[in-house]
Amino acid sequence: MAMITADPTDVPRIERFEFTPADLEEVRRLTGQYPQGRQASAVIAVLDLAQRRSGGWLPRAAMDEVARLLEMAPIRVYEVATFYTMFNLRPRGKYLLQVCTTTPCWLRGSDEIMRTCREVTGVGPGEISADGMFSTTEVECLGACVNAPMIQINDDFYEDLDAASTRKVLEACRSGSPPKPGPQIDRQTSAPVGGRTTLLTAAAGGGNS
Amino acid sequence: MLRDEDRIFTNLYGQGDWHLAGARARGAWDNTKALLDKGPDWIVDEMKKSGLRGRGGAGFPTGLKWSFMPKQVGDRPHYLVVNADESEPGTCKDRDILRHDPHTLVEGCLVAGFAMRAHAAYIYVRGEFYNEAVHLGQAVAEAREAGLIGPNACGSGWDFEIYVHRGAGAYICGEETALLESLEGKKGMPRLKPPFPAGSGLYGCPTTVNNVESIAVAPTILRRGAAWFAGIGRPNNTGTKVFCISGHVNKPCNVEEEMGIPMRELIDKHAGGVRGGWDNLLAVIPGGASVQCIPKPICDDMLMDFDSLRNVGSGLGTAAVIVMDKSTDIVKAIARLSYFYMHESCGQCTPCREGTGWMWRVMERLVLGNATVEEIDVLQDVTKQVEGHTICALGDAAAWPIQGLIRHFRPELERRIAAYGGRRLAAE
Repeated sequence: MAMITADPTDVPRIERFEFTPADLEEVRRLTGQYPQGRQASAVIAVLDLAQRRSGGWLPRAAMDEVARLLEMAPIRVYEVATFYTMFNLRPRGKYLLQVCTTTPCWLRGSDEIMRTCREVTGVGPGEISADGMFSTTEVECLGACVNAPMIQINDDFYEDLDAASTRKVLEACRSGSPPKPGPQIDRQTSAPVGGRTTLLTAAAGGGNS
Repeated sequence: MLRDEDRIFTNLYGQGDWHLAGARARGAWDNTKALLDKGPDWIVDEMKKSGLRGRGGAGFPTGLKWSFMPKQVGDRPHYLVVNADESEPGTCKDRDILRHDPHTLVEGCLVAGFAMRAHAAYIYVRGEFYNEAVHLGQAVAEAREAGLIGPNACGSGWDFEIYVHRGAGAYICGEETALLESLEGKKGMPRLKPPFPAGSGLYGCPTTVNNVESIAVAPTILRRGAAWFAGIGRPNNTGTKVFCISGHVNKPCNVEEEMGIPMRELIDKHAGGVRGGWDNLLAVIPGGASVQCIPKPICDDMLMDFDSLRNVGSGLGTAAVIVMDKSTDIVKAIARLSYFYMHESCGQCTPCREGTGWMWRVMERLVLGNATVEEIDVLQDVTKQVEGHTICALGDAAAWPIQGLIRHFRPELERRIAAYGGRRLAAE
């Protein structure tokens, strides 16, 4: 549990936030998933939308707009925005590098991945690189443990990394064309390197009945 | 070893088409109406007979859980909620179901929801699984388009809707009542129980929360019969299970295997063996971060199921097998988990909020040996003061890895303390 404030004094002051008409349509779709009067259920999804519109972080003006749209007290929205780690309350680089360092990734070299991210971007956790391209955070288990070590870059997982492939991925991001997500070695998703040990017979393709 | 024809997740690695057409070719959605026509009671009864125990970690019998829902729908609607907030360190099985075999889950929601007389299911997907949620959302849309869900689902006369709901990064939301709070638009802080969700869950309505894998195996169990599923594995520990093998193995992987498979066979056959060979094994955390680690001598003939692992003071949990070879700093490995629990504590209960931080700080000193031998006992005592004294099981989960470390590696802790003391004396 970290202490966070919804209104930090050292972030840019954004006076106005507005959703686009298409966004508002999406907000209506999202709130429509829940029973009448339960539109607050959409708060995470609508905050996520607001964060995407604001360049990857949530100014207070955006949270206030979400509160207004969902008819929630602003404090209830701040509570949510400060509770969940995916909401950023200060600006970030174009590429947010979330480096998993929990035990399964640590056992397979996440220290080296973290070090490489620092070397390539020139900054450590919580800072934005001088060119505005990167910021890094150390995160808890991202749920890709058999493809460790891994980092999440914006919405995508980059897996089976080492120092060299991490460097390659980050340089590609810097040049504006992130590589294909998933394993960065020759491997099919979560199957063992070198090929599957199961699902090899025709029965596997034939189905369950 | 499980035969291919007995595997449920036949597209586990995404080697085939995950869309509706591919799923149908693999046998999903095959005359689902016939299953529904047999009625809710038949479904619940079959699930009970199959022996399926919840795949989210606790291992509670799934059919029994479904039977706790009211038999008649009163003035409050019933809900099925699927826990896809997969975040137990070591665990990445539900991710493969969501992205590679989503129709098993979508069909599972229909049969489970129908059995508990619900017209709606919410699937709560961890926020970081963005691409996985996209696949799942498309699968839901395909099923709706084909009339498999929605009004008169599969022509059964039952209306059924499925909604995909993304989280935003909070391990605690994997706890079922925290998940319900989050789904209602609040901070994910666990609720006091009772009331249990079957009585008062989502929006105060009767609700059942199940893990992805528990729901996704249901259609195949019903189609092939409870006896088929119960015939796999061992008594009280039946069926197939997706294992996640990570850490110091040659080929980390996910694999669907038989419950009760020997740990060594699981690691050797599918994960290419322990790095440096079986004799290079130090310890295994067999069921995700929350269970006690077990040292090699216990691993040698360990069976991978709920009861076998419970009998040695550990647990099957989510079947996330974290392997550590002899090069591992075992104290640091467990200390990192202590940091995890401190970070993820929601802060609601004092023993957990304060205890997780306290335990982590002592663990960090133990990594160096900067402690006294008596402090090992104090640490053990504090784990017991946290365990069982919090609203949810996160406090227990923070305590157990440390208890496992002290239980099996106390000599290593004492060695470090002695070495550190020696270094300090030498410096003086």
